[in-house]
This record gives sequence, structure tokens and C-alpha cells, in this order.
Amino acid sequence: MTLRSKSYSFFLIVILCWTLLLPSSAEAKKLKVITTLTDLASLTQEVGGDKVEVEALAKGYQDPHFVEPKPSFLLKLRNADLLILVGLDLEIGWLPPLITQSGNGRIQPAGPGYFDASRFAEILEIPQGNVTRAEGDVHPLGNPHYWLDPNNGRRIAKAIASKLAEMDPADQAYFQQREQDFEKRLAEADQKWTGQMAPYRGRKVVTYHRSWPNFAKHFGLDVIGYIEPRPGIPPTPSHTIELVNQMKREGVKLQLIEPYFDLKTPNSIAGMTSGKVVVLMPSVGGRPEITDYFKLFDYDIALLIKSFEETK
Amino acid sequence: MRAQQPQGATPQAGKDNEKAALEQRLRDLEDRVVALEGELRQLKAQNAQPAKPEAAPPAAAPSAGQQAAAQPAPASQAEAVRLGGAGGAAAKALNPDISVIGDFIAAAGHNPINPTPAFQMHESELGLQAIIDPYARGDFFISFGEEGVNLEEGFVTFTALPASFVAKGGKMRAAFGKVNTMHNHVLPWADRPLVTQNLVGGEDGINDAGFSVQRIIPAPGSWFVEGTGQVFRGDSADVFTSSEKNDVSVVGHLRTYKDLSESTNIDLGGSFSRGHNLFGSDFITHLYGVDATLRWKPLQRAIYHSFVARSEFIWRQQNQPNIGVCAAIACPAFVRTGYQRGFGFYTSADYQFARRWFVGGRVDRSDRPFDASLTDKGGSLVLTYWPSEFAQLRGQYRFTRYAQNFDAHEAFIQLQFSLGAHGAHPF
Repeated sequence: MTLRSKSYSFFLIVILCWTLLLPSSAEAKKLKVITTLTDLASLTQEVGGDKVEVEALAKGYQDPHFVEPKPSFLLKLRNADLLILVGLDLEIGWLPPLITQSGNGRIQPAGPGYFDASRFAEILEIPQGNVTRAEGDVHPLGNPHYWLDPNNGRRIAKAIASKLAEMDPADQAYFQQREQDFEKRLAEADQKWTGQMAPYRGRKVVTYHRSWPNFAKHFGLDVIGYIEPRPGIPPTPSHTIELVNQMKREGVKLQLIEPYFDLKTPNSIAGMTSGKVVVLMPSVGGRPEITDYFKLFDYDIALLIKSFEETK
Repeated sequence: MRAQQPQGATPQAGKDNEKAALEQRLRDLEDRVVALEGELRQLKAQNAQPAKPEAAPPAAAPSAGQQAAAQPAPASQAEAVRLGGAGGAAAKALNPDISVIGDFIAAAGHNPINPTPAFQMHESELGLQAIIDPYARGDFFISFGEEGVNLEEGFVTFTALPASFVAKGGKMRAAFGKVNTMHNHVLPWADRPLVTQNLVGGEDGINDAGFSVQRIIPAPGSWFVEGTGQVFRGDSADVFTSSEKNDVSVVGHLRTYKDLSESTNIDLGGSFSRGHNLFGSDFITHLYGVDATLRWKPLQRAIYHSFVARSEFIWRQQNQPNIGVCAAIACPAFVRTGYQRGFGFYTSADYQFARRWFVGGRVDRSDRPFDASLTDKGGSLVLTYWPSEFAQLRGQYRFTRYAQNFDAHEAFIQLQFSLGAHGAHPF
């Protein structure tokens, strides 16, 4: 009987070894890059051009805190040369088990293909002192929605270009050239955006979640309150009444909402303050026409200006 | 990058260029500050993490002062080599993620066959999780009852093996089906299904010390296929008993998964396990399982609505002593003599109808393992409320018709709450 048990173990081991013999992937010349969010994918595509193959795990219209760690993501991660993530615990609820299960040593936290973009960006709202969850789902390392500032976009792109050059030294000049070109185009676009937003600097708005501090800082918006009473806690009636009173007091008309939140409370607030709900896109791919990092700001700024004009 | 002033430009253009150059320098400086802040954040996170010997190439031509300052470094590195040698402030930074999940259950109803106390702090699960080194991570889940402690799981996972293998060693929940791998706090019910109670070792399940290897197997189309092979000592609840060293048990699991659309996916699995049972080395128990899960979650409203339907079918076959032997060794009363073929299943569905609310139901049926002629049946209705991501309140009504023709009607209130950083569980 023990002999049989041993033969079973042997059988299992043989099955696993057999999988070894199957080709895991064809030798690809392009660097395979997986990013958690579409925005990082867009920035990588800008600097990587046709020397990289980039894919994002989450969709642009999805709440990046609550992505399901689907096994189909493992198929993408197992062959990745580089994993680019937002960091600051944004993906803490879903990325770590995927990395562990991927069987890909390169993208493990200490590996050469693990790239935390937050290291290169300006981070706001870093909590001081003791952090407790009485504050809701706070991010102890700072606000992770930092990509919504074109300056951070530039910094991240630069860092990604250096990383790509490190992994593929033969194409260093190519990445550098593309990065400089991107930086130039972004500077021009940013000049246009800030110009368009200039008349609305200092305008007060309310947002659903704390997703927009970097965006607000760059374009001079004043976020005076949040529809969520605490980060990650759904709206409560008492907080909503407080917020409505504050909005009325300060003459605030616009609520900026991410596409993945329910519009019931925002709509009723809009009714009470005769204001407007603006579904702003926090990520590339939030709508079909937002195909890259530039179009993300084009879309959001056009929508904001239209909404400011409508609620004059 | 730097704007060069072209020859023969007008003074105005020159000024503009100068301004642009200044702006550029300002921006570069700003970027450097941000980059330094990022490095500072990382350093703070790592604190005085012991330097890796290869990580510090000497800077070009260091000054005498720098050299002097660098002198003590080898000594501190030598200290850092000791296992667990990080001291003081460094120790805090290197602490594992610590979490505690409390599971409090209140019960009402009469059930003499499987009694539950009126109030119990059913489990306090302490989780200690950390990355060990560039090649491995460690996870400990220590389960405290009101009295007594049990190592629920404690294993090392080797994440950087060649050929995409992932290996684990230690004590772990075996990869037999779905429910067996799940900790209490991720179950959609306050209890475990009848088939788990009867055929797969109850709450502890197949949970044993051993070694596990898994790998994603290349498959056509967009199918995800993963194979897992595990070898254990052979001691798991009433399922397996190891009477001697060679009585190891094995578990094999094949998982297939496919995204049917971006919001719907299907997960199918087949499991097998074999080991020796409590009657001795000559008595073998075989377990076979099939599981299927259908999930739906609309991506754009993922935090408000979802649906999961799941079913597991399990067969347990085991040799048991015949009448003569049973009389000689005085088998317990619940044991029927001879070969037993038990079968059981559960089917469940859970629907999230609002951000904080879930409703679900489960149908149960299972034979008894040591007397497969006896069959228990039942069902449950469940309503769960999540005040936040870190706490949940659950009410469950459970009906069970035991084989002895006894009906149990029970109600449970379960309160679960989570402290600290508990690592996410696999999908």
C-alpha cells in the first residue's frame, strides 16, 4: 500500500515535470511590460514605442482599489519582464497574491522587473502622526492617485525610460529620444490645459473620493469636501446634509465623481444645491475615446470647463 | 534639453529663451526634489535595513572624510549576517505585517448532534506575513480558540524558482477543492457545508505539514490551467491518520479558469487525495472532488453588485475493517464494516445587492464517512452586512435533517472584524 502511495506521489511529480517540457513562451525581442493601471501603460507606451509590448491589468473605468485578482491576470504576469505598479498600497488588496502565484521571479518585490512608480512622483496627503482606520481606508504612505498631475506623468515617464534602458541597453538612445519627445509634447499640452483652466483657478469643488488632490493642485481647483464621509466609507445621510450645507454656504456647484461610484447620492446633492454632477475620468480608457495620457486630460478639462460654464 | 540661444536672435527672443531655460532648470530642480522625496520615502520604509554586500559599489574617488566614515560599515554588515540580527529601529521596519481577525458567533436553536454554544469567540486568527528574501515569502496564520492555540497555516513560499514553479513547504490547507483552502473569514457563511463537515475533515479540513508544488500549464485559447501536487505527513482530522512514517498522503488539484466576458468568469477544478485512515496503515481513504464557480461582477459597478454561484461534489471511499476485525479491535459504534462509498455536495449562490449587503443561500447533502448508508441534508439562508471593508455582520438560518430523522433549526449571528494589515487572499 505504501508502495502505491509512493507511486501516486511519483505520478504527480511526473505530471508537474511534464509541464516543464512544454514551451512556456517563444523568445520575444520586445520587452513585455505589465502595468496595474492603464495610465502607467500609456506612459510606458509613449517612451517604449515599438520596443515594448505593454498591457494593463485593470480597466480605466474600474475602481483600482477593488480589482479582482483573476487567474487570467496570472497568464499575463507569468511572462512579464517588467511589472509597473502605482504603489502606496493602492493595489494591496489584489496585486500581492498575483505576484506570489505568478511563478515569475523577475517581478517579485525584490526582483529586477518590479517597478513602483510612486517613487518618482510627487505624493500628497502623506498622513502625519498616528494613522488609524477610524479615518477610514487611509493610505499610510500618501495619496496614491498621483498620476493625475502632468508633472508626475513626466517624472514617471522619465523613470520608466531609464528602467527600460537598463533592461534593454541596446535601445537606450531610442527610449531617451522618445522620452524627450514625450516631454516636449506634454509640456506643450500642459501649457494649453493650464491656459484653458486659468479662468477657473481657485474654483471650489467637491469630490466623491480623494482621487483628485494632484489634479486639483496642478490646475488650481479647491476641493472643499468629499461625498464619502471617510475614504472608502459610503455616504451617510448626516454627512451628506453637512456637505450640502457647506456647499450652499460656499456656493459650490460641482461634484467630481469617478465613473465607478453610484450616482444616487451625488444626484440628490446636485438637486439640493442646484449644482451638477461631473463624471470625471481618473484613468486612460475610462471612456472609449480616452486612448492615451493626453486624451485623458483633454477629456477631463473639456468636461470641467463645460460644467463650470453651465453652472456659472 | 537646455534651450540654446540661437546666433543673431533679437534681444526679445534672447530673453524669452533665457526665461524658458530658467523655467526648465526650475522644473529639473523640482523633479530632483521629488525624486529625493521618493528615495527618502523608500529609505524610511526600509529604515536601517541591512545592506546587501553587493548593493554598495564604492563611489568614485571618495574623499578622505568619506572613507573614514565608511570604515565601520563592514562591522555592522557582519552583525547583520546573524539570523534575525536586525536590531533596534531596523527591527520595527522589518516586522512582518501583523493582523488579527476576530470571529464571534452567537447561536440559537437545538442541535444535539452538532451542538454550538450560545456565544463563542469562535476564532481569533493571527496573521504574520512578510517577504523573507528575494526568493521567498512567509505566511503564518495562528488560530486561537477561546482556549488553546492551533497553527492553522505556517509555510514558506518560494516565488523565484526556475521554470515558473511555485513551491511551498510547511503546514498548509491542502489544495483540495475550494472550501478546504479557505480561511473562516473568507467563507460566505458562518459555518462550513455539511459535505465538508462529514467528508473533508470539518473546519480544519485537510490541513497538514508537507510540501506543495504548483505551476501554470500552458493551454490553448485564453484558458488558465494550473496544476498542484502536494505531499503531506498524512494526518488530517478524521480523514487521514498516519500510523507510520510511510503513511504519507497526497493531494492533486487541477484548476481551469476562463474569462467569459470582462465581468463573468468560470472556474472549474478537479481534486484528488489519498492517504491512510484511522484504522491503520492497511486502510486507505480516497477522496475525489469536482468544483465549479461562476462569478459575475460588472467592472464599472464592482463595488456595488456581484454574484457568485459555487458547487462542490465530493466522493470519499475508504477501506474499513470487516466484521471479524471490527469485533476484535472494538470499532466505535458509528463505524459500519467494510468498504464505504460516501458522496456529498453543496451548491451555493451569493448576490451582492448593495455596496454593503450580500444575500445568499446554500443547499447541502452528504453521506457520513464511516457509514455511507446514513445521509444528512440541509440548507441555509444568509444575509451579510459590511459596515466597512474591515468588519462584517452576518445572520444565518440553517436547517439540517440528520440521517437519524432529527431536524435541527438553528440561527447564527456572526461578527467578524479585522485589525492590521491582512494580506489579500488568492482568488
